[in-house]
Amino acid sequence: MGNKNKFSDFRVTARIDQVGIGDRIARIRSRSIKKEAKLQGLKMILNMIDLTTLEGADTTGKVQQLCNKAKFLHASNPELPTVAAVCVYPNFVSQAKKELEKTRIKVASVATAFPAGQSSMEVKIKDTKLAVDGGADEVDMVISRGRFHQGEYSYVYDEIAAVKEACGKARLKVILETGELGSLDKVRRASDIAIYAGADFIKTSTGKIKPAATLPVTCVMLEAIRDYFYETGSMVGMKPAGGISNAKLALQYLMLVKETLGNGWLSNEWFRYGASSLANDVLMQIEKQRTGIYQSKDYFSKD
Amino acid sequence: MDRVEILKTYKIYIGGAFPRTESGRYYVPVHGNKQLGNICLSSRKDFRNAVVAARSACGKWSGKSAANRSQVMYRIAEILEGRKSQFVQELQFQGSTKSKAEQEVHASIDRLIYYAGWCDKFSQVFSSVNPVASAHFNFTAPEPMGVISICAPEDSGLLGLVDAVAPVLAGGNTCVALASEGMPLCAITFAEVLNASDVPGGTVNILTGKRTELLEHMASHMDVNGFLYCGSDEEEIRKVQSLAVENLKRVSISTSEKLLSSERQNPYCIEDFVEMKTTWHPIEIISGSGSGY
Repeated sequence: MGNKNKFSDFRVTARIDQVGIGDRIARIRSRSIKKEAKLQGLKMILNMIDLTTLEGADTTGKVQQLCNKAKFLHASNPELPTVAAVCVYPNFVSQAKKELEKTRIKVASVATAFPAGQSSMEVKIKDTKLAVDGGADEVDMVISRGRFHQGEYSYVYDEIAAVKEACGKARLKVILETGELGSLDKVRRASDIAIYAGADFIKTSTGKIKPAATLPVTCVMLEAIRDYFYETGSMVGMKPAGGISNAKLALQYLMLVKETLGNGWLSNEWFRYGASSLANDVLMQIEKQRTGIYQSKDYFSKD
Repeated sequence: MDRVEILKTYKIYIGGAFPRTESGRYYVPVHGNKQLGNICLSSRKDFRNAVVAARSACGKWSGKSAANRSQVMYRIAEILEGRKSQFVQELQFQGSTKSKAEQEVHASIDRLIYYAGWCDKFSQVFSSVNPVASAHFNFTAPEPMGVISICAPEDSGLLGLVDAVAPVLAGGNTCVALASEGMPLCAITFAEVLNASDVPGGTVNILTGKRTELLEHMASHMDVNGFLYCGSDEEEIRKVQSLAVENLKRVSISTSEKLLSSERQNPYCIEDFVEMKTTWHPIEIISGSGSGY
């Protein structure tokens, strides 16, 4: 990942055509996917979900419940795929790891003083180590937005690189918290910094700030990934998170990925949704396709 | 120069807004040789959206105090009173005579007032304290059922709809109503009245379109808790009853023959759409004071 020389000045990253992005998203929104393609898309979405609980009130019981939901999405339809991962705070990682033994479901953990990221480098590295030592397969870090706004791009870059090193074998997702960045230009700049610093995934939001993931922001980030791929031939993953709560919207994200990056990204190795309530909505849609009857939340387990 | 009159676009009412049908379709009901207008031909997705709106309004409506629900329903009647002449005109346009139309509008207003009055009273009437043989205080009280599908009567444009919706609302439920297919104008104008009456958006949703298309989905939707069918088509009734089984919806059949009569003013119409909850509350010394619950 030593591309630092190639891209030494992040002040001159690509500028974003806001109106163009708006138009493109409006076109995506006006389309709809039907029947078999829809069913295939819905199953793909299920398999791309990072089932998430990141609350102050999380307990071991809640985490156990979440892991069970990840393993058995809907008991009456055992043919469904599982979700990609569960995402928890570092102190629940070892528990989640144990609950998900012998499954292919990964454990992701947030780290680096999530969600604000306002702490020293040492604390952040320790936080990351806590998650990795607990057995986390993936680490979701937050960037220092304050430093970013102060123009200290090198600091942000170095921090990501240091956390990446602390991750070892675990894959690193870098949360830009786009709701706090302000403009699409800055989203693009933060994306470039994260990608060049060694992110395996870039992720929109923590879910704690509104707006969280939106289609325009995701589009900009996908373009950053695409440009990097053209430049270097290396793939970087994408994870929109927060605010994606229904299947229709999730399908629109899928369209956007397919049309920006291509089929190569259409697996949970390269694309994820960070969500807690999306899974049930997708399940309800799948059941609707199967039975022809509109479904109710009452008949689906809460995670 | 003569003014060119502006024609009103009748749209549907979902979640406190007036969208066009997502399907973009319309139909033209005809009376005699007169076309009533281009009316939205709602699709099953409109119904689905309306159920989502009704479900999310459940908390807002059932969470109001009974007395406040009563005030809001009274308000609907007030606003309807103020717009009487428009409804009379519309009913006449759809084939009613002036006196019949006035009678229908007056009856609609009165029906709203009647059920407004019951909002904070039916619970006392239908509740009970039950004698049990253990140390428990045992009581039963009605609770709102949830989201109700309503097929409004075909032969009454306004009163039929009001008569169906009012008791459902009084019970604290939210609803999705399908207006009369042949006489849909008053239903949409009534939606405007609702919209101006402090009724939270989504509490009442009104669709226009064909029963034959929507009945199946209204009866089978798993997130609907009850079904009020107005009419007497045996085949339709059987269909509703068999589809409703899937999630054990309560189905209530209402024949619209005596819409104007006082028989339709009846708290048991509210009882059709409440669930009875019985609570066993442990008490301490039941025999000490010789009390007998």
